[in-house]
Amino acid sequence: MLVLLAAAPYMVGRGMQQSLVTLFSLIVLGTTWNLLAGYGGMVSIGQQAYIGIGAYGLVYLAQTAGIDPFIVVPVAVLIAGVLALPISFLAFRLVGGYFAIGTWVIAEVLRLITVQIPALGGGSGISLTVLNELSPGRRIAYVYWMSLIGVIVVVGVTYWIMRSRLGLGFTAIRDDATAAASLGVRVTSSKRFVYVVASMGAALAGCMIAANTLRVQPESIYSVNWSAYMIFIVVIGGIGSIEGPILGAVVFFALQQWLSDLGSWYLVILGVVAIFIALFFPRGLWGLISGNGRIRLFPVGYTLANPLEQRSLGPNGRQSQREG
Amino acid sequence: MQWLNAIVQGVLLGGLYALLAAGLSLMFGVMRIVNLAHGVLAVVAAYIGLVFVQSFGVPPFVAIFIVVPIMALVGYALQWGIFNRALARGGLAPLLVAFGLAVVLTQLLQEIFTADTRTIQVGSLATDSIKVSDGISIGVFPLLTFVVGVSVIIGMQIFLNKAPLGRAMRATSDDVETVKLMGIDNRQVYALSTALAIATVGLAGMFLGMRTQFSPTFGDAILIFAFEAVIIGGLGSLWGTLVGGLVLGVAQAVGAQINPSYGILFGNLAFLAILAFRPNGLLPKSVTL
Repeated sequence: MLVLLAAAPYMVGRGMQQSLVTLFSLIVLGTTWNLLAGYGGMVSIGQQAYIGIGAYGLVYLAQTAGIDPFIVVPVAVLIAGVLALPISFLAFRLVGGYFAIGTWVIAEVLRLITVQIPALGGGSGISLTVLNELSPGRRIAYVYWMSLIGVIVVVGVTYWIMRSRLGLGFTAIRDDATAAASLGVRVTSSKRFVYVVASMGAALAGCMIAANTLRVQPESIYSVNWSAYMIFIVVIGGIGSIEGPILGAVVFFALQQWLSDLGSWYLVILGVVAIFIALFFPRGLWGLISGNGRIRLFPVGYTLANPLEQRSLGPNGRQSQREG
Repeated sequence: MQWLNAIVQGVLLGGLYALLAAGLSLMFGVMRIVNLAHGVLAVVAAYIGLVFVQSFGVPPFVAIFIVVPIMALVGYALQWGIFNRALARGGLAPLLVAFGLAVVLTQLLQEIFTADTRTIQVGSLATDSIKVSDGISIGVFPLLTFVVGVSVIIGMQIFLNKAPLGRAMRATSDDVETVKLMGIDNRQVYALSTALAIATVGLAGMFLGMRTQFSPTFGDAILIFAFEAVIIGGLGSLWGTLVGGLVLGVAQAVGAQINPSYGILFGNLAFLAILAFRPNGLLPKSVTL
């Protein structure tokens, strides 16, 4: 699968590659939002702040400072991480739903400040023209590979975090922060870590989006619609699993493409589906497919083996549910 | 003098923000639900009012008496249909469901009414004003909005303190298990609280629709303003929400006086300053709800 994806620029056209970059950015957004909400228990509707920082960071540093765009990407991601740290101190004063709106206000403040800065193109935005020095075929292939590496790194890092001691702590925090704290989990610093990492992921997605479209505009890059995308992707795919957001991003992307002639109806449909799933199938599509977590592509949880089921075979002859 | 004028206009605007925020405060107080669809519901009310005024020729102030009961029913139905289930599900469900609802309603409004800005015409009332002194004149309509906003908050506070249902709401907020033992159906109390909350936001939406131009995405800004008023004032207190609304209104008016494009930014910065230096708000828990 990965080999096939890596070889895509030799096999499919430019339009297809650009579509795949969009899909990769959605996977990155979904995966990092899930890290925040599904594992850290923090519902943010302001991650577009970091999408904007990433996108503007890339375009500004590449255009004005003249650094190679592909070297700028990790720099822009790092800048977002450095900014996320002080912002977290402000945002963490709020919890639950108020944290959600608070993050949104922070994103709005960033948008309103960006609009006031002439060097960033003010309200009309700036274009990433330096990439045009490459031939279109090359440019699109490079951006594609960069995005493919990005998505692999993000999913890999998320998997690594969740397998680590930290990951176990996060799951404990999500389930009961007070109990976790009493058992020695450093709740706030763990949450802060996850917030910074998720924000860097959003910035990476911002870089992908800017490199793919070659233009950033404050209205669209700081749009709360990104948060709607992230939330629908994660809720529909399955919150609290690594596979869920990937599946959710594919479903979201497919529906978006399929219904593209009908304006924003796809958002109405996805919203209704997301409400329905949040109410009746909290583990999302992946939960339905995997039989509530029996099949795992990325095993991160620890399940208790049911001693009864192990000893006597269940009615359908299943022996144990530990494999996977 | 122009600064004093900005402050006066800000206070009048703040009355509307407080009215917008009261329902958000109430729903959080009773159910711990942060209704992310609060803003768009105000816009829904404004569009319903617009339909009555434009298509059926109902006078705007009569339309209020049609729209507010409709919104109360919408709130009641939302609570039974969606939020009670989400609360039973627990965890992040209420928040995610409310966000989904906000997006769906915004997009539906966009499909039905397009993204064009509209306003509910109130004739000469929109421009009438009372001249106080040379630099200061008070618009009749903003003054009316302010009076309605403050009256509704005072009325809600009296209702919560004195009326049997208001007391049941406070009791449910304090200890839902005991309330159930007393034979009160907490889900019904929740539904009536949401009905009241959405009725007030419907009223606010009507005044907003008569005062300014609105479009489907205007709900985003309303939610943010209402939320800022709640946090600036302090959680769990309607008086705090009133003070928060006034502070936000003044901050925006002063910002706009410096530079017209700074208005909203200044409101946001006032909110962030409160968050940084007085995270419990200006009037924290002075009245428990």
